[in-house]
Amino acid sequence: MLLIIGSNTTEAHPVAATFMKNAVQKGTRLIVIDPRKHPLTDFAELHAPIKVGSDIALLNGLMNIIISTDRYDQKFVNSCTVDFDKLRAKVSEYPAEKAAEICGIPVEMIYDLADRLTSVNPVMLCYTLGITEHTCGTNNVFCVANLQMLLGNMGKESGGVNPLRGQNNVQGACDMGALPNVFPAYQKVIDPASRRKFCEAWQVDSLPDTNGLMMPQMMEALVDKKVRGFYIFGENLANSEPDIRKVEHELASAEFMVVQDIFLNETTRFAHVVLPAAAWSEKDGTYTNSERRVNRVRAVSKPPGDAKPDWWIFKQIAKRFGQNWSSDSAQQIWDNEISVLAPSLTGIKYNRLEGDGLQWPCTSEDHSGTCILHKDGEFTCGLGVFTPVDWTAPAEVPDEQYPFMLSTGRRLTHYHTRTQTGRCEGLNDILGEETADISFEDAAQLGISDGEIVKVSSRRGEVKVKAKITHQVPKGLVWMAFHFRENCANWLTNPVFDPISYTAEYKACAVKIEKIQTEK
Amino acid sequence: MTKQLININGRMLSFEKKQTILEVAEKNGIYIPTLCHLKGATPTGACRICVVELEGARTLLGACSTPAASNMVVNTESPKVIKARRLTLELMLSSGNHNCAIGAGERTDWTQFQLKANKDDGSEDICPVWGDCKLQELAYAYQVAVTPGQDSACAYPMELENPLIVRDASRCILCGRCVQACNEIQVNKAISFGYRGKEAKIIAAGDRPLIESDCVFCGECVQVCPVGALVEKKARFKWRPWKAEKVRTTCPYCGVGCQLWLHVQDGRIVKVTGVDDGAPNQGRLCVKGRFGYDFIYSEDRLKTPLIRKNGELQEASWDEALDLVAEKFKQIISQSGPDAVAGVACARSISEDSYNMQKLFRAVFKTNNIDHCART
Ligand code: SF4
Ligand code: SF4
Ligand code: SF4
Repeated sequence: MLLIIGSNTTEAHPVAATFMKNAVQKGTRLIVIDPRKHPLTDFAELHAPIKVGSDIALLNGLMNIIISTDRYDQKFVNSCTVDFDKLRAKVSEYPAEKAAEICGIPVEMIYDLADRLTSVNPVMLCYTLGITEHTCGTNNVFCVANLQMLLGNMGKESGGVNPLRGQNNVQGACDMGALPNVFPAYQKVIDPASRRKFCEAWQVDSLPDTNGLMMPQMMEALVDKKVRGFYIFGENLANSEPDIRKVEHELASAEFMVVQDIFLNETTRFAHVVLPAAAWSEKDGTYTNSERRVNRVRAVSKPPGDAKPDWWIFKQIAKRFGQNWSSDSAQQIWDNEISVLAPSLTGIKYNRLEGDGLQWPCTSEDHSGTCILHKDGEFTCGLGVFTPVDWTAPAEVPDEQYPFMLSTGRRLTHYHTRTQTGRCEGLNDILGEETADISFEDAAQLGISDGEIVKVSSRRGEVKVKAKITHQVPKGLVWMAFHFRENCANWLTNPVFDPISYTAEYKACAVKIEKIQTEK
Repeated sequence: MTKQLININGRMLSFEKKQTILEVAEKNGIYIPTLCHLKGATPTGACRICVVELEGARTLLGACSTPAASNMVVNTESPKVIKARRLTLELMLSSGNHNCAIGAGERTDWTQFQLKANKDDGSEDICPVWGDCKLQELAYAYQVAVTPGQDSACAYPMELENPLIVRDASRCILCGRCVQACNEIQVNKAISFGYRGKEAKIIAAGDRPLIESDCVFCGECVQVCPVGALVEKKARFKWRPWKAEKVRTTCPYCGVGCQLWLHVQDGRIVKVTGVDDGAPNQGRLCVKGRFGYDFIYSEDRLKTPLIRKNGELQEASWDEALDLVAEKFKQIISQSGPDAVAGVACARSISEDSYNMQKLFRAVFKTNNIDHCART
């Protein structure tokens, strides 16, 4: 059985969705939990249309039913996990009725879900940003893990908790330590032994020993000048971050800002120096996908003009600080540094990546990679820990002034701020503009017709955008993407963050929709 | 239990339950031509090219849809089989604008036919898939030529309404692979067989153009079409298989990490297809992976470093730009400490770039203020 929660898979991970649909055609059961009736729900035996941001209430309610009717995997819970009692105590505070009320679904549906989830083993759970892009994102993740451990669905083929990663190489960037608290392969910067190891490898006397700032903190620090020099590599923050006006104010406050990219974009307007980079097909390298599969990227064309590979640019800057890095190609960086320093990647070398790549952990050169983590209940940190969590509402919920919930995401044809897909012949013709997707009920009530330009506003800003009336969206919800600058959802989104991961609450903020009065 | 054995071309071969004659043959290196057969989809037996002769049977059988059985004696290239295949190929070749030289045969009106095909194509070039066409390949292998007078003009005009896929019913052999790819592989359920008999055609619901249908432009149908009936608009008449080199790479968009073949001609990507049988995508792609490659050739690409002077970004040399970056960062660090600088890495670029950037921040600038949009 497949349980898909907070993932519009057919649009955000289209090819992964084809395999899910194939499985359903061959008899796999599919349950979808999502506020929207997105295309994958057509293939589901049950779609639970919960309210935006009510995931924890639902999952706690489900676990409450499952525990109180003794239908959990006792063997797995007893032998592979700890803190079950804490979980039991917490979820007992979520009787089905309460959960149903928070989620806006019938209580019978929750019982039904519990029946279905306990009727098969294993269940494979996949989630995407519908889980993480909330102020309670981290708790959401704990909660789905709790459910899967409770049901004994971990460490098995066709089981587990599977986040479908957004960008092509977000996994790789994490693995490389482009994070404020870890070196490559998640070795902690606060750990003296890790620092010693990297000092030696990088031939430096010292390395910083406290965790750094996360991106939203950096940007806020630009305003009070705690951060004075800002280096942005390949991200169009001025469009991709919540509350564009706030973001632009922050970027404009930067004393010195470097942007390294392949195009001028909304962010380079604030840059003091712009460095031209080689693009995707212009350099050799690797991407690591959602399955932790390291794949080769190959150069087939030359960068235009003077554009250079990004790794080369960083190396030149290091040189100006008196450090001469010896690696002089992506392959040398990987083979001589990354795979030497990252224990989980030790066995991965370029000459082993000719075919289908390798999935880490891959600990030696005769290791064939690892498809399934936590196999047979063995977690990296020993036993699986239940971390009970409470439901919390999104930071901003609809009220009288802003009666609709806005949720955001991406659409099939474009990618993020469209710096790339917007420059591919044909793609703008397939999807040429943003829409605000609303329900038939709300459209009727507001007297809005399909294709009409409406004003959508939040406490932070407003956009004029075409209304699209669709059965995908329930009453009370507006759904938008962030592919087009003029009516980008991020003029409206709320810059509040999960306190642990600092992920923004892109999935929930309050807005109002108004007809635009045309002069007669 | 004794092993189950089937005799194919005089070789005794073992097989497993439910294996078809085609599968047993393929596994043992015996070539049986196919057109409509699509791996991973239910065999339809529509094209009749894979027919084989079974001893004792009155009619020829489709190898793709007949399960292997004990004591079968099969001949895959008997005179009867060859005759049947040639007939099938002739019918296909004469059904439309198959204007490769193969189609010429004894045709007396070749020039006129060619001119008409060119007119339909809106091009003076030969068929857009010349050299990458299964029909052409088989016609050559079986030395099929079309006899004069068999041309049937195609009843349907070409579909040019969308920016990505050209549908040309005049070259369609109704093998049904596109229908299977759309319904069984990608499960988008956008196209099916429509009309009957001579009017038969592959249609989207209501025989509307793809752009007005449920089509999501994954292009799976184009990838599986054995002939020139479905072609990528951007590659049409540009891509030629004998000029192109194929390079494997990974899609630059989402975290699925689909494997792509870049078809490169004179240092330029002219078309992208999925790597069949490769993990993780088994040849499948979505609209972005298949058609989202040409941004790299945009005129807007940054070509030189830029430095802001008097409020304007102005062209500069690498040395000027890098010296300025280094100088400013040094100055800020010496005045306010290393934590006064911060950096955001890129989740779309290669890992090696991210690695070097975090190394720059940690080992050179001495700060852990390095992050990326890991959570979005
Ligand atoms: S492009 Fe994809 S969705 Fe459209 S008809 Fe072809 S296979 Fe179907
Ligand atoms: S369009 Fe191509 S794949 Fe589809 S039926 Fe015609 S020849 Fe076959
Ligand atoms: S082809 Fe589509 S599904 Fe595959 S990696 Fe690229 S964007 Fe993702």
